[in-house]
Amino acid sequence: MTELEQFRAETRAWLEANCPAECRGPLGDDEMIWGGRDATFKTPAHKLWLERMGARGWTAPEWPAEYGGGGLSREHAKVLASELRRIKAQPALASFGVWMLGPALLAFGTEEQKKRFLPEIVRGEIRWCQGYSEPGAGSDLAAIQTKAEDKGDHWIVNGQKIWTSYADKADWIFCLVRTDPDAPKHLGISFVLFDMKTPGVTTRPITLISGKSPFCETFFDDVRVEKANLVGTLNRGWDVAKYLLAHERTMIGAMGEVGGGRPVGQVALDAIGADEAGRLDEPMLRARIADLEIDAAAFRLAMERVGDQVKAKQAHPAIASMLKYYGSEMNKRRHELLMAAGGADALEWEGERSHDGKTARDWLRTKANSIEGGTSEVQLNIIAKHLLQLPGA
Amino acid sequence: MPLILTEEQTMLQDAADGFLNERAPIAHMRKLRNERDADGVSRDLWRAFGEMGFAGVIIPEALGGMGLGAVEAGVIAESLGRTLTPSPYLGSSILSAKVLIEGGSQTQQAWLPRIAAGDAILALAVDEGAKHAPSRITTRADRAGNGFKLNGAKAFVLDGHVADALIVVAEADEGTTLFLVDPATAGVVVERTMMVDAHNAARVTLTDVAVDADAVIGAVGGGEALLDGALNLGRACAASSLTGAGDQAFKTTLDYLRTRKQFGKLIGEFQALQHRAAHLFSELELARAVTIGAQLAIDEGREDASLAASIAKAKAGRVAELAVQEAVQMHGGVGMTDEFDVGLFMKRVRVLNELLGDAGFHAERVARAQGF
Repeated sequence: MTELEQFRAETRAWLEANCPAECRGPLGDDEMIWGGRDATFKTPAHKLWLERMGARGWTAPEWPAEYGGGGLSREHAKVLASELRRIKAQPALASFGVWMLGPALLAFGTEEQKKRFLPEIVRGEIRWCQGYSEPGAGSDLAAIQTKAEDKGDHWIVNGQKIWTSYADKADWIFCLVRTDPDAPKHLGISFVLFDMKTPGVTTRPITLISGKSPFCETFFDDVRVEKANLVGTLNRGWDVAKYLLAHERTMIGAMGEVGGGRPVGQVALDAIGADEAGRLDEPMLRARIADLEIDAAAFRLAMERVGDQVKAKQAHPAIASMLKYYGSEMNKRRHELLMAAGGADALEWEGERSHDGKTARDWLRTKANSIEGGTSEVQLNIIAKHLLQLPGA
Repeated sequence: MPLILTEEQTMLQDAADGFLNERAPIAHMRKLRNERDADGVSRDLWRAFGEMGFAGVIIPEALGGMGLGAVEAGVIAESLGRTLTPSPYLGSSILSAKVLIEGGSQTQQAWLPRIAAGDAILALAVDEGAKHAPSRITTRADRAGNGFKLNGAKAFVLDGHVADALIVVAEADEGTTLFLVDPATAGVVVERTMMVDAHNAARVTLTDVAVDADAVIGAVGGGEALLDGALNLGRACAASSLTGAGDQAFKTTLDYLRTRKQFGKLIGEFQALQHRAAHLFSELELARAVTIGAQLAIDEGREDASLAASIAKAKAGRVAELAVQEAVQMHGGVGMTDEFDVGLFMKRVRVLNELLGDAGFHAERVARAQGF
């Protein structure tokens, strides 16, 4: 038995023994475990599942063990992922800390910052939000105006963020602020961290077309931020921001994957039924679903391949834009098909039968996928400029 | 396994690209076409291809080949897709060789060293009607004396007009059966079909063709598994050729976008074209990933290898189709000329798409495999 096979056998045994029955099978978007100071859990078993996975560092399998991560190689992490898929294990933790901030801290953070924040992130004890977009800085993110005034050992921050995911539930924020108003727009930005309980921070949820409020407006009114919480170099926060965006884009691109739930074909079969040959009794819809599944399978492999290229140092940093663009557009397609499959049943907005209109609300939520984290059009611009070197792009 | 080429595989790719760019660039195909070459394919080139080892890529080393797998077979297929070289590679070195490797008797396997050397060309006769439908074979194999009598009509037999031997898929009472048939046998009529892409195929009619029992490859009625294995590998290789052809058409188009001026600007500055190019780039990344993914599934002997090959063939086919259509459109009038190459890619992709099942055929398989 090779070492990798040995690892697979051990992992399988450990997961069998430690993944509670309640934590297997589909998990609704609303039931995700986000952790943090005020963590809520669907069941006590979900709390246990997070504690067990966190203790092994398997909520961040490829992070170094010295910062609480799993310390696994990419090949070992792939084995872990496939074993988790095999038992349909629910993600123990959903976390902007794991997906976005952590990789940026590993690349740009000081030793103290890594030691302080990364283990908490792995164990799901701290919940982060991202302070990037502003009312006047959406696709043109580098136009941010939130101002940080130098006060010696700290800054005083004033300004407003928007589309801050779960700002009302987050413990800390990683935030882009303007530290040099006179520099060219990309060169006067810094990347800072602060506690959302700091005096002067207020949040206001924004109600979306789905009827839900995953995003907030976030206001900073004379907020004190310690200089020790600067990540990377002063005025070079754009480098950190871009690096982190690449991870965010990969994450949003991957949403079609993790948020997929039941296969569309099965949902459609339940709703519509089969013909005598066992085929979905709606040939046109069946063909569209098959095409989606082909693209979805190809996209999964494309994501895996990019991961392999990153590991082999063959990846272009802008490739994340491709994954973000394709994955978010595909997720929208998937939900259009889920609506078509559900027919009139999918139109219900309230009531127990429809889980308060889950199908329709999820469908509407996906429309933001190709806007948040940089629109599809911005991603295409990035691909044209950085990957294809087209003129004037 | 990682979904990227190993160092050895990259060297193979460089060797194949180097050989084809030097010996058989697109001009080679144009010459065969324009001179109305009797065979439409160069035997000399094929022997040189054999000397390089490419023709025996999947054939065991003991039988004169390189003994490599589906990923390597795909590497060479992709290179052939880039240069549009007419070659018996897919029909002889992949489909026929795979059948003989897996099911051939010792006598039948004597063909393998000759295939590897580029001395012999074999062809697989599976299709019959306008569409690929290997589960609905109507060619009959009826017992007669010590052997069989074959009757039926085959179409889209790759390089069948120059084949030294044919592998015929027929239905016997016991089920699908594969036969190794000498095209000189009485009752075999081979007609070369001139195709849109100047590559080569044939129609083969079989009228009371008498073959001995030892013409059977593998077991009587046991042809389905043998055929499936060859078709899966063939589809994964066709996906590579599609990706290669699509990617080459894309590269040509990018060059054009960077040099062609209109309205006082390089046309690549126009966002209408940039976004389409960026979308196509994304699609090509998916095609590459799904293709090598299928080849690894085959090499690892995974259960889902057949489904993976279908997904790869469908996806690479759709992507290549988009690539060549965008190539012609973005080139404008010059894209419509015979002198310029992009139209040749469009023709080749149309043929590769139809070969071994088009995207619709494979989407149907995917739907069935997923139970809807």
